[in-house]
Amino acid sequence: MTVGLPQYLVVSGVLLALGLFTIVTRKNAVAILMGVELVLNAGLLNLVAFSRFGGGLDGQVFALFGIVLAAAEAVVALAIVLQVVRAQRSVDASKASDLKE
Amino acid sequence: MHEAAPVLQEFPLLFLVPLLPLIGAVWNGVMGKTMQRRFGHAAIHLPAILLPAGSFVISLWAFLTLADAPHGTSMYNHLWTWLPVGTLQAEAAFLMDRLSGVMALVVTFVGTLIHVYSTGYMKDEPAYWRFFAYLNLFMFAMLTLVLGDNFLLMFVGWEGVGLCSYLLISFWWRDREKAVAGMKAFVVNRIGDLGFSLGVFLLFWGLLTTPASPAPAKAHGEFRHAPAAAQEAPEATLATSIAFREVEQILEDPVKRDRIVNRDILGVGLMTLVCLLLFVGATGKSAQIPLYVWLPDAMAGPTPVSALIHAATMVTAGVYMVARLHFLFTLSPVAMTVVATVGALTALFAATIGLFQYDIKKVLAYSTVSQLGFMFVAVGVGAYWVAIFHLMTHAFFKACLFLGSGSVIMGCHHEQDMRKMGGLRKLMPITAVTYFISCAAIAGFPFFSGFFSKDEILWKAFDSGNMLLPGGGVILWAVTAIAALGTSFYMFRSYYMTFSGEYRGAAAAHGHDASAVAHDPHGVAYDSAHGAVHGAPPADPHGHDSHGHHGAHLPVESPAAMTGVLAVLGGLALVGGYVGLPLLWGLPNAFEAWLEPIFAGTAERVTSAGFGHGAEWGLMGFSIIVAFGGFFAARVLYKDGRSPIPARLLASPSPLVQATHRTIFNKYYVDELYGVVFVKGSLVLSRGLAIWDTRVIDGAVNLAGTIGRGFGFLQGAIDRLFVDGMVELVAKVVEAAGAKIRRIQTGHIQAYVQGLALGALALVALAYLLAW
Repeated sequence: MTVGLPQYLVVSGVLLALGLFTIVTRKNAVAILMGVELVLNAGLLNLVAFSRFGGGLDGQVFALFGIVLAAAEAVVALAIVLQVVRAQRSVDASKASDLKE
Repeated sequence: MHEAAPVLQEFPLLFLVPLLPLIGAVWNGVMGKTMQRRFGHAAIHLPAILLPAGSFVISLWAFLTLADAPHGTSMYNHLWTWLPVGTLQAEAAFLMDRLSGVMALVVTFVGTLIHVYSTGYMKDEPAYWRFFAYLNLFMFAMLTLVLGDNFLLMFVGWEGVGLCSYLLISFWWRDREKAVAGMKAFVVNRIGDLGFSLGVFLLFWGLLTTPASPAPAKAHGEFRHAPAAAQEAPEATLATSIAFREVEQILEDPVKRDRIVNRDILGVGLMTLVCLLLFVGATGKSAQIPLYVWLPDAMAGPTPVSALIHAATMVTAGVYMVARLHFLFTLSPVAMTVVATVGALTALFAATIGLFQYDIKKVLAYSTVSQLGFMFVAVGVGAYWVAIFHLMTHAFFKACLFLGSGSVIMGCHHEQDMRKMGGLRKLMPITAVTYFISCAAIAGFPFFSGFFSKDEILWKAFDSGNMLLPGGGVILWAVTAIAALGTSFYMFRSYYMTFSGEYRGAAAAHGHDASAVAHDPHGVAYDSAHGAVHGAPPADPHGHDSHGHHGAHLPVESPAAMTGVLAVLGGLALVGGYVGLPLLWGLPNAFEAWLEPIFAGTAERVTSAGFGHGAEWGLMGFSIIVAFGGFFAARVLYKDGRSPIPARLLASPSPLVQATHRTIFNKYYVDELYGVVFVKGSLVLSRGLAIWDTRVIDGAVNLAGTIGRGFGFLQGAIDRLFVDGMVELVAKVVEAAGAKIRRIQTGHIQAYVQGLALGALALVALAYLLAW
């Protein structure tokens, strides 16, 4: 069996599902960030896959940019998490709910 | 009819006759106070005398031009078209025909003389300038009245003289009684003026709505606006003019005349109604029954004013008006009878009141009312030239009498009660002589001016065939003859009480005259005119005590400015009648011949009862007997104050004598009657109307207010409940929705992500479903 676009998309979908699951279920803010990375990479995988089977190299270049941006985003996100931990002595994301109504 | 249409000859200076006094009035009215302070009295009276004198000169010039012109010519001066309203053209134009020429001469001549006299009489007056400004204004108004070419201009003068009369009667307005007298004159005159203006309106309406050519389909005597008449627009109505000469010309056409004479309004002939309304105006201005009451009170004004306005000129305006409108009055026998009857009754009525007055000016006032009654008898019987003749002679002798009384009053230190005079013949000889001449003239002594005019009036009344009642002329004659007897008596009574015997002023000043005061409950009223005392307390019952020290001084003759005028007027009272000598004597009657063309158009409608020369001679003899009878009766009773009969009569215990005396002395209580009926009546009416106002009208207004408030409340409720409810409902819904929806904002970041994921899934599912 040849590996085609659907297989990539399935993998990507699995990744997205796992990522979302992680985000929604985990309490640890760092774990939630890891879930976010999974979701992001699912998206990037899609870009690469469509680029490989469909158009030019644009998607792959875009994916490279996305990886770099993900690194930067992780830095910012981790900094925020650090601040949250410092503020409330916990990494439990569900406790950081000061902005509720 | 009798001759061609009146010829108008342009006389471009005619407008100056009224204008010159107006200039004087404006000048003295505006600048007088300053001029008087800076330059003294001469700066006031020089223009005030010279301008009316200029009027006299121009009048005389116009009069002489008129005399040279052929019959039927009039001096005419058109200034501008005043009120062009529709088909009506009211012109500002002056016209001097033979009638208004005589009037203008009398007014300017006597007026100028009285201005001269006033320089003496008013010399101590602080408001000297105001007096002369008013006098000049009066001259302007009177000359406008006389020379006006149409009803409208005449009405302007008519109102103007009324205003000046008011201003001058209440000249010393700080004295309440004088202010009230002025007010009374004004209000009573307004009643007459209303009649006059209604008469003019009605005449104009009648001329306007009477078709000139008969409507074919209509029966004779029924005049409506026929549509057919509209085709010939210029001929559609009789006239749209208000000029005297044009109306007269229209009424000279017998067809047109019949058409308007046959018109009725409410069962009364249109012409009768017009004439009666105009006559109401005349009764107001000329002090006839029932509107005479203002004239005796008008004596509150300065004496020159009484002479000029309330004797010589203004009060004769009614007579002049009726004579001017002879072409209307001769169309209505009813109106002629009414005019003559009212005149005769007034003559008698006022003459009887004059018998028992003690105030010298009141005697003259009632005498004026009486003499005006004689003039109305003359115009009533159609003897227009005689009325104007008597008007002229009366202007001379009555002005002289009034000015003489003014001289006496001034000599006696502003005393007007004849009981406190006496013996002045030696002290004031010129005044006494002129006063005597004028008394003789008014009484009708032969060869004095009043004899010719009054005798002619009596004869014309006797011989009149125009009265509705057969033999009415004889009744008129009898009434006026009794009035003439009374006139002769009370005029000489005033002469003897004032000028004969011993001077009683010194004693009277101390108020010892208890019997006289007892008979005179209104004694205070005679203290009315102490002119120089400005602002004297009006209620002060001892007003003359402030003059008590004057009693020691004997009266002295007045200054030359006054006696000179008296001499001129006295001379005219003596000889003024010679312009109108009786035709009976076979002498030329210049006055009748002069006025004949004016009244020729209506002469055929004035009829004679057909008495012959014998009757006329007889009546003349009787008149002389009457005049001398009154004279001798007065001489016996009042000369030198020696006769005990008057005092004994006054003290008589007989109730008949007492009641008669009291009734006549109190002027038949007419003032009281008017006070109760009209003054109280209108006060009660006004109070009733006030109650009606506060109760009914205010009630209705309040009801409307309440209803409005009810509606307002209702509308407010609708606003509050429905409109506000809707607005608030929207807000409430949004608020409630917000309260519910805000629950989903939990602050749990994972819940948001759940929502995000589920939303995205839902969108995918939706897209999938739609694509499928």
